[in-house]
Amino acid sequence: MSQADLLDQDPVFQLKGSMLAITVLELAHNDLTRLDQQLAAKVAQAPGFFSNTPLVLALDKLPSGEGSLELAELMTLCRNHGLRTLAIRANREEDIAAAAALDLPVLPPSGARERIIELAPAAAPEKPKEPEFRPSRVITTPIRGGQQIYAAGGDLIVLAPVSAGAELLADGNIHVYAPLRGRALAGVKGNVSARIFCQQMGAELLSIAGHYKVAEDLRREPLWGEPVQVGLTGDVLNITRL
Amino acid sequence: MAKIIVVTSGKGGVGKTTSSAAIGTGLALRGHKTVLVDFDVGLRNLDLIMGCERRVVYDFVNVINGEATLNQALIKDKRIENLFVLAASQTRDKDALTKEGVGKVIEELSKTFEYVICDSPAGIEQGAHMAMYFADEAIVVTNPEVSSVRDSDRMLGLLASKSRRAENGEEPIKERLLLTRYNPERVTKGEMLGVEDVGEILAINLLGVIPESQAVLKASNQGIPVILDEESDAGQAYSDAVDRLLGKDVPHRFLDVQKKGLLQRLFGGKE
Repeated sequence: MSQADLLDQDPVFQLKGSMLAITVLELAHNDLTRLDQQLAAKVAQAPGFFSNTPLVLALDKLPSGEGSLELAELMTLCRNHGLRTLAIRANREEDIAAAAALDLPVLPPSGARERIIELAPAAAPEKPKEPEFRPSRVITTPIRGGQQIYAAGGDLIVLAPVSAGAELLADGNIHVYAPLRGRALAGVKGNVSARIFCQQMGAELLSIAGHYKVAEDLRREPLWGEPVQVGLTGDVLNITRL
Repeated sequence: MAKIIVVTSGKGGVGKTTSSAAIGTGLALRGHKTVLVDFDVGLRNLDLIMGCERRVVYDFVNVINGEATLNQALIKDKRIENLFVLAASQTRDKDALTKEGVGKVIEELSKTFEYVICDSPAGIEQGAHMAMYFADEAIVVTNPEVSSVRDSDRMLGLLASKSRRAENGEEPIKERLLLTRYNPERVTKGEMLGVEDVGEILAINLLGVIPESQAVLKASNQGIPVILDEESDAGQAYSDAVDRLLGKDVPHRFLDVQKKGLLQRLFGGKE
């Protein structure tokens, strides 16, 4: 392959998405004279801010019936105060046409986006539903080999022995107030802060959010047979005495 | 109303049939009208252990299929009053046991008998499922070794979830552990699980511990339930177990190593 070929393959550009904070000038009235005065007053307050500041002109909030707007004139006015128009936000057809004539990008009206923001307070009262009370699953009889118990969306509490060959699964924490000789998998849907508590750890397998230890490793633990809690730190299962 | 007791284990060869025969005979000896039902269709053994194999005409499956009446199929024990055997079919397989059919037979037996002892086949499939489905009580026969304990544990799980009582939300089946082939000497050497170990793992009521004994094999081959061999330790242990089943408080025996006498040690006494 020649040098030129290699250069051809070398990417010249990369497309990236980015969020930028941009000043938006939202026009409330089609009155350029007053705008000129008020802008001048603003600039006097903070001259540093208004020097080549990128700007989006929002015309979509103009009340209907305000008459047509001289876009070129408005842009010159802004330019004079140190604001450089990047694009306009508009919904009226004549504004969009004017922008096209000036080769100025048109952003969609803010309605969609702002509606989301407006919805947010409406959604907020629903938010507290998130930590909704999910009853723990409580098991009081021994769990024998071959049995599988799953506590969907919550904790699993077992008050009887869990035999070898049995499997406990929970989206939340697992508590076993008796010997645990089977498998216990907490946070099966990826909850890394889930924990396993047991009064006598003799498990075949302990797992939190997919990070597990098998009996071969667990038997080497000095805490084998002891009351322990199991948590996840990074990728490592931590077994500590209760 | 009869008490339906299943003798089960999950694992094969642990002594289900021997225990069924011994316990059934023990109950009859104490005056309770008892029937032993062999659920091991295709591998029937209970008739041999009970010594009635030459008198089997009709079997359990015949009764289920309506080919014979229960009275025709029930074999009366020659030694003991109140003891009957319902043999399994040797020519069918376990799918011949339907829930409706078994239920009907059990119900009919319940009318005339005090105890119905269901001798379960090994495994956890149809035969074993049918044997335990209608049970009120379960005797889980376990050898003191890990695989047998694990299988018993699995069986206990099924008893708690797949029986009629579990499905109807009634009071659960009363589970009891019968530890067989127990050899205290090997337990002290660490070659065998101890009573405490098994009890801790399975966490159920201990019905009895049957010591490993030559008498069991001898009794099986002669077709005499070992409980009738009153001299033997196994026979005595089964007798104790039957008393406990009937609610008596009997201390456990044969749990510790027996000290051999001087003569026994010199001449290597029999076990």
